[in-house]
Amino acid sequence: MNNTGTNVTPALAAEMGLTADEFARAEAILGRTPNLTELGIFSAMWSEHCSYKSSKVWLKTLPTTGPQVICGPGENAGVVDIGDGDAVVFKIESHNHPSFIEPYQGAATGVGGILRDVFTMGARPIAILDALRFGSPDHPKTRHLVAGVVAGIGGYGNCVGVPTVGGECQFHPAYNGNILVNAMCVGLARADRIFYSAAAGPGNLVIYVGAKTGRDGIHGATMASAEFGADADAKRPTVQVGDPFTEKLLIEACLELMQGNAIVAIQDMGAAGLTSSAVEMAGKGGLGIELDLDRVPVREAGMSAYEIMLSESQERMLMILAPGSAAEARRVFDKWELDFAVIGRVTETGRLVLHMRGAVAADIPVGPLVGEAPLYQRPWRPTPPQPDIDAATLPARDPRDCLSKLIACPDLASKRWVWQQYDQLVLGNTVQRPGGDAAVVRVGDGLKALALCTDSTPRYCRADPERGGAQAVAESWRNLTAVGATPLALTDNMNFGNPERPEIMGQFVGAIAGMRAACTALDYPVVSGNVSLYNETSGDGILPTPVIGGVGLLADLRRAVDLGLKRDGNALLLIGETIGHLGASLYLREIEGRETGPPPAVDLAAERRHGDFVRARIAEGDVAACHDVADGGLLVAVAEMAMAGGRGIALDPPPAAMPAHAWWFGEDQARYLVETGDPEALIAAARQAGIPVRRIGIVGGAALTLPGANAISVAQLISANEGWLPGYMAQA
Amino acid sequence: MNTAVVIFPGSNRERDLCLALKRATGRDPLCVWHRDSELPSVDLIVLPGGFAYGDYLRCGAMAAHSPIMREVKARAERGTPVLGICNGFQVLTEAGLLPGALLTNRTLNFICRDVHLRVETNQTIFTCGYAAGQTIRVPVAHHDGNYTADEATLDELEDRGLVAFRYCNAAGEIDDDANVNGSAHAIAGIFNRGRTVLGLMPHPEDATDPLMGCGTDGSALFAGLVGALQ
Repeated sequence: MNNTGTNVTPALAAEMGLTADEFARAEAILGRTPNLTELGIFSAMWSEHCSYKSSKVWLKTLPTTGPQVICGPGENAGVVDIGDGDAVVFKIESHNHPSFIEPYQGAATGVGGILRDVFTMGARPIAILDALRFGSPDHPKTRHLVAGVVAGIGGYGNCVGVPTVGGECQFHPAYNGNILVNAMCVGLARADRIFYSAAAGPGNLVIYVGAKTGRDGIHGATMASAEFGADADAKRPTVQVGDPFTEKLLIEACLELMQGNAIVAIQDMGAAGLTSSAVEMAGKGGLGIELDLDRVPVREAGMSAYEIMLSESQERMLMILAPGSAAEARRVFDKWELDFAVIGRVTETGRLVLHMRGAVAADIPVGPLVGEAPLYQRPWRPTPPQPDIDAATLPARDPRDCLSKLIACPDLASKRWVWQQYDQLVLGNTVQRPGGDAAVVRVGDGLKALALCTDSTPRYCRADPERGGAQAVAESWRNLTAVGATPLALTDNMNFGNPERPEIMGQFVGAIAGMRAACTALDYPVVSGNVSLYNETSGDGILPTPVIGGVGLLADLRRAVDLGLKRDGNALLLIGETIGHLGASLYLREIEGRETGPPPAVDLAAERRHGDFVRARIAEGDVAACHDVADGGLLVAVAEMAMAGGRGIALDPPPAAMPAHAWWFGEDQARYLVETGDPEALIAAARQAGIPVRRIGIVGGAALTLPGANAISVAQLISANEGWLPGYMAQA
Repeated sequence: MNTAVVIFPGSNRERDLCLALKRATGRDPLCVWHRDSELPSVDLIVLPGGFAYGDYLRCGAMAAHSPIMREVKARAERGTPVLGICNGFQVLTEAGLLPGALLTNRTLNFICRDVHLRVETNQTIFTCGYAAGQTIRVPVAHHDGNYTADEATLDELEDRGLVAFRYCNAAGEIDDDANVNGSAHAIAGIFNRGRTVLGLMPHPEDATDPLMGCGTDGSALFAGLVGALQ
């Protein structure tokens, strides 16, 4: 395709995802009909993926500030102060659509993209987490997708040398046609050496660094902004190909150049490639950029302006250099053997002007392209409430059988098979590896550490988006607390269906409302994030899945605790109130075969009180092990602690007033299990603070013993829990 | 004791290694860039883990032809001890400093987990910090660690006592389940004939800090080297 040979019409614009209205607006901005390259630029910049046109009005309602926040949403990643002049830089991003089409490359380039968002800000990436959701294990594509995605994440992360320390992996038929691959990257920078993307200094050189531009991933952002039809496989050419080796060189080269003062502004070329990076830099700086496309390093001859501007070739960066810095930049990029080219300059015109083969290939005013991007108040319909589930009407069952079944169900089964394919240790700072409530990663070579986790409970969000949104934030905060960390801030990945359907938009609006309430109540602001809409195939949407990536701080990593039971004779205490809520629970789904009922209530004041109490006890050294009570309820949480510690426990009888299944498997929120050698003191402290507390067992032996001497050995639990995923993946 | 760590484009475990070396020697190692053609005078040369040149042709193949490797080979031939860990082991086999090759793991997947190793001999500068036959626990993190060599080479490694470490279970027994990547003779690491060059797939450097989650069984390797070379 080239500018002269193609007639730009509203029909072509529609093919590129622009509505008639949006096309008319583009024409008005230019005062003429756009040429093909310009149309491509409008289409990419105004795609849902780049413009957030359906979500922006709601995202703006989230709390994004706090004394710890250095930079909130709007830059490549969020930046939070962690004291001593250090800052943590982090963001989560989806690569859902590409990963469904081509799982290895889709997932790999998802990792590559989020790494670039973080080191672009001047931070060295120190950890990756991946929140994955696949379709039903019975679906014919699922095994292939799991294998490809996991290999892709590992293939990229392992090679660049950033440890993958955590994440999630769950299954539900609602993801059969749209899997979710959300990758989070966490980096470290000096708080006074953060790099931003706003262009500055008319006349300054614009340079291109990294891999050459090829014909891959053209118009990927537009692909990611539409539903899949039956032709999903035909979209494979829109998926990019990753090169982690080049990324590794880019990381080292950029961080080396950032030691000096050569870089005025920097932006990675992510979705919509050179288009979005150039437009965002110019837009944020209120300036113009002029590019000579003949100077862009290309993989093959004959590429058109349209292709160069919309390629999503990976591992590329755009920088604006301080005057007189070109030689220094060239020295660094030559050392790392990376392509480097001066491709343009900053101007005062406020226009994006592209030259190619002696002609002007595009000339667009940046202000209106960014500022007049469409913004939609889409109609929405609230999700109708689910009728309550009365636990007393459910049949009584042997809790041992239920437990064995639950810990081997796809959502709760051990994901060791997944994370053993990720290098969890490289860089030598991994204190707690995957498998716990949160990973713990040391900061530099001191005693400070970061706690990291990702969380979402989509079945709650479907039943009640507002409660589900609040619960996701609360669980994230709780998981950080459970290792002893103080939660600092979060990054969110909003994965939803087609926002043009009012019931889907209602899910989005509800989830945001719940998140807003929880973030506010817990002083846990949103500093970065990503929205992925149109996760639908042939009209079937995914479960609403707001994934929360949480970051917390441990002042002294020697005080961190994990979930494994530590010592025979210690007591296990339950902090928080149990009413035995079974609506939308895993018990109901896996044991009774029902996905009904409302999710548990989220009492944010109780969350805060209980969490602050537990964190303080951990800091005092009163807690030997800690685990939050979440999916599957109390007995599952106890079993997870027993399996992690390789140690049994004798459990006390449940309260008489409650059906046993409600006690053991209810999913009431704001609860923690804590192991302690001095239960009297801890119980007294909790009572004094007005916090519900109850002893539920004594650690010891090699079995989990329920009241009535019904025992199940820890070895048997481990075998059931560890067996499912490797067994599933080994089936041909 | 002075050490040099060779950095190739794509090396990524040099930080772990430098921390472990500093902990053992009290000094920062010298980092030598792969394009350099000269090595400073040092007591030990170490090739770190990672994906040199992306491991794109074959693991370690391109790194083995880096300018610095001519010098590493010359030093090794003159008796300077050389340690290659993970990708460093792969580079040493490709460079001809150690026999055999590392194939893709038999699971065909990358594997990162703790493994047990049996120390086969402590009569070397690298393993003198251990007891012969001792079982240690250290992590592995590799995709291509399945050691292979022809029968004659394997016989020679066994006959001359050149096997440094073997994968074993927690009780120190060699069994097929414990052989994490399917290596011939469960070999995790080997010496050259002079026992001045050691290549191993596991990462002792990641098991040297009591504050991290991998134990400290790797420390004795570095402490032993310091004792032997200082």
